[in-house]
Amino acid sequence: MTNFWKHYRFLVLRRFTQVGLMLLYVGGNIWGWNFIQGNLSSSSLFGIVPLSDPYAALQMFAAGAVMTSNLIIGALIITIFYMLVGGRAFCSWVCPVNIITDAANFIRQKAGFNEIQKKQPASRDLRYWILGLSLILSYILGVTAFEFISPISITHRAVIFGLGLGWAAMLVIFLFDLFILKNGWCGHLCPLGGFYSVAGKASLIRVDHIQENCTNCMKCKVVCPESQVLFMINKESIQVLDGECTNCGRCVEVCDDDALNFSIRKLAKERIKNENDK
Amino acid sequence: MVKNRRKFILGTARAAGLVALGGLMWSAYVDEVTANKLILRPPGALKEEDFLSTCIKCGMCVEACPFDTLVLAKPGSNKPLGTPYFEPRKIPCYMCPDIPCVPVCPTGALDEKSVSTDGKLDINKSEMGVAIVDAKNCIAFWGIQCDACYRACPLMDEAIYLEYEKNERTGKHAFLKPIVDSDKCTGCGLCERACVTKDPAIIVLPREIALGKVGDHYIKGWDKEDEKRVKNAHADTTTTRLSEKSAVDNLNDMGGLLDD
Repeated sequence: MTNFWKHYRFLVLRRFTQVGLMLLYVGGNIWGWNFIQGNLSSSSLFGIVPLSDPYAALQMFAAGAVMTSNLIIGALIITIFYMLVGGRAFCSWVCPVNIITDAANFIRQKAGFNEIQKKQPASRDLRYWILGLSLILSYILGVTAFEFISPISITHRAVIFGLGLGWAAMLVIFLFDLFILKNGWCGHLCPLGGFYSVAGKASLIRVDHIQENCTNCMKCKVVCPESQVLFMINKESIQVLDGECTNCGRCVEVCDDDALNFSIRKLAKERIKNENDK
Repeated sequence: MVKNRRKFILGTARAAGLVALGGLMWSAYVDEVTANKLILRPPGALKEEDFLSTCIKCGMCVEACPFDTLVLAKPGSNKPLGTPYFEPRKIPCYMCPDIPCVPVCPTGALDEKSVSTDGKLDINKSEMGVAIVDAKNCIAFWGIQCDACYRACPLMDEAIYLEYEKNERTGKHAFLKPIVDSDKCTGCGLCERACVTKDPAIIVLPREIALGKVGDHYIKGWDKEDEKRVKNAHADTTTTRLSEKSAVDNLNDMGGLLDD
């Protein structure tokens, strides 16, 4: 049991926050709970604090909408929050699509698809192109372009406000990630993930690698949904500073050698400095 | 070196091509789903065009609505995805005096000012749509006494009033015809909900679709207020070239139609 907890603690906690947050939203809609109301696009915390998706706000700006102070404050709060805890912490700790893509990835690994299809045929930079494209299209069409196709909002709204044909979007994402491209949606295409990669570049909470402890077992690289960020494994004792790291903690929990841990950005810098001084 | 450069150029061109292809399909889709103008928005909604760019699709108005009138467009409902609307035949807007759906809007897509009088919320100012009567299928126009819509209207005798007219067929009865005053009608749809025919003979449509527009060419000469409407009118002068031929020649000229 303790072994299970050691190896899956962050996964369990992530599912807990993802499902728990959704439950609070559902309660907010159906039973009128005053904790958090709305959805991931925009919500109201305790009925007072506005929270807004900064990427949606950015698209609105590009579309030429008049921005209310409520919206700007909400978007700023969310941006600052994720700048602190790691931009893509949203992806692994909040986003409901993460559950779908993780499920696809789990089956992929169990069925051994990754051994058959070793080389990924698409660039992980596609998401930044799509991010740019969404803003251009928002400007041209005068509407928030990504919000009209976002499977994240579709999934989240499906849970809170009723399904409709929303299951089709979820199924497409699942099959895409399962058969076409490993980590296809979250790791290659999603512009919201791209946005948070950029926004969280300087975040405080980062995974730290201690090379002396590393036995080069590569378990971390196997579980990592963005394995390119772990380029330093068994090479250098540095932090994972790439914004594309989702702070999901999978690498930390699978590591049996205490070579990976969550840390605060500055403290790790000091540690390195201290070592250099010695 | 040259090979690397080629690889880079090809890679960039490939990405640009993919983005162009994706962008084309993406914009075509978004253009299509936002083209549906037959949709009734919550009270205080901005003009449809502005509404689509401003609504963040959070559903706060839907959650605030005590009658479950408002719903968010789901995939498959053929409406702009995630935006709030209502279908009066199912559940009309009950015109809450405190309009709970409007102040909760975080982005101002539902504009409090447009439904306020002197800083106080006033639901009667909302313009969700306008009711239209299908006179051919309305039983009141047949001569059967109904007045269901008239009595359902929260602005009875203002937004819907009855016009009395002698029924010549029977010689002794009256038509009680419901007439909508589009200046007063808010488009709440209580009339559409109440209509007794199988499909409603009075329906609510978005105002931009249902209402005409006189333009600058006609004014009510007897109404001083109406002149303000055409204050900014400007005259277009067009010139038509007169025919130089005589009228008879002109009429007899078949343009070579009868020649072989």
